[in-house]
Amino acid sequence: MSRADFFDGLRGGSAVALASAPFGALFGALAVDNGMSLAETTFMSATVYAGASQMVGIELFGHNVQAWLIVASILAVNFRHVLYSAALAPYIKHFSPIQKFFTFFLLVDPQFAETVKRGEAGQPVTFVWYLGFGIIIYVPWVLVSLLGGMLGSYIGDPKSIGLDILLPAYFLGIVLDFRHRDNFLPVAAVSAVAAVIAYHYVGSPWHVSLGAAAGIILAALFPPPPHEQELESDLHEV
Amino acid sequence: MAFDLHMALVIVAAAVATYATSIGGYILVTTMKRIPPRMEAALAAVPAAVLTTLVAPAFFIGSWDSKLALLVALLVGLRVSHTWMLIAAWLVVMGWRHTIGM
Repeated sequence: MSRADFFDGLRGGSAVALASAPFGALFGALAVDNGMSLAETTFMSATVYAGASQMVGIELFGHNVQAWLIVASILAVNFRHVLYSAALAPYIKHFSPIQKFFTFFLLVDPQFAETVKRGEAGQPVTFVWYLGFGIIIYVPWVLVSLLGGMLGSYIGDPKSIGLDILLPAYFLGIVLDFRHRDNFLPVAAVSAVAAVIAYHYVGSPWHVSLGAAAGIILAALFPPPPHEQELESDLHEV
Repeated sequence: MAFDLHMALVIVAAAVATYATSIGGYILVTTMKRIPPRMEAALAAVPAAVLTTLVAPAFFIGSWDSKLALLVALLVGLRVSHTWMLIAAWLVVMGWRHTIGM
């Protein structure tokens, strides 16, 4: 039973591992391109383990931003995890404390979506299933980012091969993933305008916190929606 | 394979911050029972708001090849997956730079 659950998890997670591999490699290449060593790149994938915030981290490393601001931005990008773990609570109550420790570490977007889907379908959410699903995404993610970093160190001028456009395009993709959420358009529009204004008048990197604050305040000011927020399957990568 | 101590500390801090978000919601619901709707709306808006601020300057202040590439990526992204957005944006800048110039 538990062995079958584990393999069931491995099977489900392997599809996610395949889909996120290009992004892991891209992270490695861009990290090295932004001045990180291979060891640091791999260390980051293994410890932070959250695609979008890793990308945010290297984007800001490249701009010589103060450390606390980098950490704050990563925290902000990962804020969706707060909602994930809140929504996950009913399904993992029976896990032991040590199991919960690993559960939260492995909690990335697809892991969340699949766990809730499984729980809602009435299938048992066991720790071995969760671990199988998570480990088959985690290990390749770390290896592939190392591989991308090794390839990245052979790249000369990133502009000549168009690498510089990939990070903003990647961020744009994740922004689009949230487009079905309440108030998405006003929040994105206000954040964009505020960020550009702050960029002009205050300067980088303050446009990140000031722009984001404008959008978040706006979201809090809107009348609360009558229904529960739809959280599932916003994102599909690590 | 340099391992800069300062960089390592920033990475560890980032990892701790990430872990805090992943456990935070669980702690929040198990202690508060229910998150107030406005707080939930604000929390839900955080990622889109932050990520928008990273894209907006690249678009509004970036070069014309970047503007066009991001615009094409946006249109592509409304229909198909992230991978295609990246490919489309990359093709646009490469096409631009190798015909019109850097």
